Amino acid sequence: MKFAFFPGCVSRGACPELYTSTVKISGILGIELDEKALESASCTGAGVLQEKNQLLGDTLNARNIALAEKQNLPILTICSTCQGVMSQAEYRLENEEYRAQINETLADEGLEYTGKTPTRHILWIIVEEIGEKKFKSLVKRQLDGLRLAPFYGCYLVRPSKALKFYEKPERETCLEDLTEWVGATVVDFPGKTACCGFPIVTINEKASLKMVGNHTSTAKDLGADAMVTPCPLCHLNLDQYQDRAAGMMKRKIDLPIIHVPQLVGLALGLDPEELKINKHVISTKKLLTEISLKP
Amino acid sequence: MLQTAKKTIQIEIKRQDPEINNGESYNQIYDVEVEDWFTVLDALIKIREEIDGTLSLRCACRASICGSCAMRVNGQAKLVCKTKLSVVEKNNKILVEPVGNMPVISDLVADFKPFWDKFNAVEPYLKPEGEVPEGEYLAPNDDMVHLVGVMNCIMCGACVSDCTVLEVKDNFLGPAALAKSYRFIADPRDGSQFERLQNLEKDGGIWDCTRCMQCVEVCPKDVDPMERIMSLRSKSIENKIDKNYGARHAKSFTDLIKNNGILNEVLLILRTKGLFNIIELAKLLPIAISAQLAGKRPPFFSHSSKNKNQIKKIFKKLEDK
Ligand code: SF4
Ligand code: SF4
Repeated sequence: MKFAFFPGCVSRGACPELYTSTVKISGILGIELDEKALESASCTGAGVLQEKNQLLGDTLNARNIALAEKQNLPILTICSTCQGVMSQAEYRLENEEYRAQINETLADEGLEYTGKTPTRHILWIIVEEIGEKKFKSLVKRQLDGLRLAPFYGCYLVRPSKALKFYEKPERETCLEDLTEWVGATVVDFPGKTACCGFPIVTINEKASLKMVGNHTSTAKDLGADAMVTPCPLCHLNLDQYQDRAAGMMKRKIDLPIIHVPQLVGLALGLDPEELKINKHVISTKKLLTEISLKP
Repeated sequence: MLQTAKKTIQIEIKRQDPEINNGESYNQIYDVEVEDWFTVLDALIKIREEIDGTLSLRCACRASICGSCAMRVNGQAKLVCKTKLSVVEKNNKILVEPVGNMPVISDLVADFKPFWDKFNAVEPYLKPEGEVPEGEYLAPNDDMVHLVGVMNCIMCGACVSDCTVLEVKDNFLGPAALAKSYRFIADPRDGSQFERLQNLEKDGGIWDCTRCMQCVEVCPKDVDPMERIMSLRSKSIENKIDKNYGARHAKSFTDLIKNNGILNEVLLILRTKGLFNIIELAKLLPIAISAQLAGKRPPFFSHSSKNKNQIKKIFKKLEDK
């Protein structure tokens, strides 16, 4: 399985551990990542650009996808936000007239968007493509006893129409399913599909912190050892701002937030350090002791 | 005669009555025999009429026109008259709760006062300019067609129920009121566009939304409140009502992508807060230090796209469209 790798801005910026762990697990999972195909790609716009100009945002995403199509490769993403924004663009580009309008701009660079191979998040690829049987056969370290709270990130759950939940209902529970495949226990809580507060952290920090505090403390009080997320933006807010949120609530929370590829890596038997699991603000030491791995 | 299949469904209802259980909520489970064509509302009415007459719920038209019967089904706001039981039941069970973000009066009936207060706060009526015409205030058809979607709002409160910001911030105007505000701001006959936008810039206005898309997902009438809020944001920036962190964030983000192809997070924060805004930047310092200690600080000079020029070209072509 070969993919055009779209790492997104955050895995090359504030979350380098996500990039590293993705590359580490891909080899073992039989996923080949082409890092050249999208070298001239742009940011997806993360929904922010689309606030001002949807046509511009959709054109940039169509261009990115067309760059991959030119190499005959589907795109693999590792960020809920990148994925959601691209899925939404793909959804709107199903309209023929709109597609023609955008292709007119792309023609300037000799590109054409067809949409024949939809973009997918690595979590979806694991669940849909690799599947339970094959994945479980690759698991070297059962994470029994570990209690994990899922946290999807808005863009991987809404709008369900653009994410094609009606065609692929497994997408609705993919994070819980993966958690069970690695042998861990799912700590279900209502906040799992809510907003982490990241988009307003520089605009309205207090409201954002309340979201961080509510989600992490609820999961912690339900007995979670860690929270696992396919979205690096959620990771940033829930990890980096957790102490401040705890301070606001006048309590301790201390809930490690781990990326999906790090969880997969642990289950595949990789060393925690290779997965840079020590590179988080909220310490993962206790978590690693829990699964008898030296931090 | 039409053949229908019956089965028994377990309906768990979150109940609350000021006179029972010290006013605390409690869940009660009912086993209800239902037909395969039942909506959730049909089942609730059956409970009230045949099993437990004390159950409170609100409904009127039963045809998704009146907007009275919004409730949470399995954690998500829905018009229960429009929701087929067979679509939402899992293993023959469902959970029904009152709408969120509003106080409960009794069982599934919520107090919509906060909803109406916010609606009224955006002055949901036309404020035309100039001389009063002899007949109606006329508007060209083309200028009104795009407003049909937002005029479909039946004020059911589903979007407000599930809005993630309202959960943590009471004074947010919320999706329904903001969508209504857009309906007048985008109406060519309205004369107070600028003042309306100025009011929406304040705390509790358009920049509070996190773009979580809950309102888009749950709205039974496809009003797409979030999209309206985004249109209000760009109208606000167009009108130079942009001396706030939200507008600066949106503008800096766009500029960075335009010039670099991809995002530089450090520059984004610096530009949003303002390079010389020492107080705000100092507040961010502890966060930056803890990230640095963990080895997570984003590189100041981040990567850029290999074909920046093409991206700039696309911006030039489309940015004013
Ligand atoms: S998109 Fe904005 S208005 Fe809509 S539910 Fe989310 S925060 Fe509320
Ligand atoms: S916008 Fe949609 S969900 Fe919100 S009140 Fe109107 S009809 Fe109901």
